[in-house]
Amino acid sequence: MNVTQRYRYLYKPLLFAAALAPLLWLIGGTLGWFGASLGADPVKKLEHQCGKTALQLLLLTLSITPLRNLLGMPQLLRLRRMLGLFAFFYVVLHFTVYLVLDLELNFATLGADILKRPYITIGFTGLLLLVPLAVTSTNAMQRRLGRRWQTLHRLVYVVAVLGVWHFYWQVKRDVREPLLYAGILAVLLLYRLLRAPQRGTAPLTSRSGSATAPGRT
Amino acid sequence: MPRLPRIAPSQITPPEVYFNRRELLAGALAAGVSGLVRASDAPAAGAPLDYKVNPRYSVNEPPNKYQEITTYNNYYEFGTDKDDPSRNARTLPTSPWSVSVDGEAEVRGRFALEDILKGQSLEERIYRFRCVEAWSLVVPWVGFPLGSLLARFRPTSRARYVEFTTLYDPARMPGQRVAVLNWPYVEGLRIDEAMHPLTLMVVGLYGRVLPNQDGAPLRLIVPWKYGFKSIKSIVKIRFTETQPRTAWNVATPNEYGFYANVNPAVDHPRWSQATERRIGAPFLAARRPTLPFNGYADQVASLYRGMDLRRYF
Repeated sequence: MNVTQRYRYLYKPLLFAAALAPLLWLIGGTLGWFGASLGADPVKKLEHQCGKTALQLLLLTLSITPLRNLLGMPQLLRLRRMLGLFAFFYVVLHFTVYLVLDLELNFATLGADILKRPYITIGFTGLLLLVPLAVTSTNAMQRRLGRRWQTLHRLVYVVAVLGVWHFYWQVKRDVREPLLYAGILAVLLLYRLLRAPQRGTAPLTSRSGSATAPGRT
Repeated sequence: MPRLPRIAPSQITPPEVYFNRRELLAGALAAGVSGLVRASDAPAAGAPLDYKVNPRYSVNEPPNKYQEITTYNNYYEFGTDKDDPSRNARTLPTSPWSVSVDGEAEVRGRFALEDILKGQSLEERIYRFRCVEAWSLVVPWVGFPLGSLLARFRPTSRARYVEFTTLYDPARMPGQRVAVLNWPYVEGLRIDEAMHPLTLMVVGLYGRVLPNQDGAPLRLIVPWKYGFKSIKSIVKIRFTETQPRTAWNVATPNEYGFYANVNPAVDHPRWSQATERRIGAPFLAARRPTLPFNGYADQVASLYRGMDLRRYF
């Protein structure tokens, strides 16, 4: 198999299965498969776990560029879209659990939460900002938008900051876990800042990964 | 390991405060004596207690399962996840246990738990429990009114507040090795709140000795206040003239007040307190309105007459 085939028939299907595993685990816990349980408050568990999985996938998406450069594996770019879309998928699940199972479809409370609770305001903003990124993730949209595609998709940095901030702000007291996410995000963003001056001076080797996907996001 | 020594009460306690030894109910903690023990829902966790049901102070709502009450705990001394305490608290030795009494009271000293319990008739009360995180439980506690204990220490006229302290034992309480809160955990009540008949000193759950993760061997339950007021594993009681510096209030004063009365009209700065989710309720039917003073307004609202409850949240 050549690189393209290996990605298409091996790595991408494996990544797809791996990205669905957290959802399967949550469904199994909810339905009590093999005696599994989500504990005394399954709603909170579902809500928090979907949110954390979304953040983890978002950070993984942002790790692709540094990993390509540091490992000299430009082909990793082929996995990035799937990671980003799965991050969006878990964000939507997170919001759905919050609205349906936690708020029990009380739209008045939803409105009040979004307007009055800063951590929900920024979380919801992050969700909205992800929508255009998901919609324009297809090859056709990339071609149509050309250079503007890359500019638009820089929004993912804003979304990542909002997501980690949302996590940090809703924790009652023990902020160790959100701080870990913030630390990882800081490293990923810093990497880009430090490499920024090189832009335009040397052609990006990573361009070779795909003819249509811009190399740096 | 700072385990408190067991001291015979005769060594430190004046004879007249032997807590009415002659009246003591034989074996408050004796095993297997009572026909009143409710075996359902209660696995062989703690020893059965001898107690009477007190319907007067019980709500007419189905209690949560034993499993829920013992695996969904905020007890940061054993970790900040809800299931940490049920996993980490098991090894805490709760016997021997003693409570030191200090401050504005005539009777001070260190008392063995057995002496604290002597003369107290245990009763079961089914109380609502409302956490500040907007979830709630219904719990069949076993205990006795705090007031009947405090009276025996003969608080002086300067005793305007009562302060409680949780055990400090980082070797056995792994959560205390992390500065999530200012350890040891401290809580407090105004003296009239402490003497109120609803305020319960708890030693049992579902008719049996309290499991460690729920605050064994001795915890407070103040049903009209958010759960963090109901301090666990108490080792110290101090009568004070000034308002105690309580753990959550010190940590985040704008979010957790000293009073912490359940109040649907005063939101937490980061979330609404208007409604709560009942643990164990079915999907889509768990959220319910939060009641002023957690449904105990008719009994306790008068304690706060004339107070601005937005300011003293």
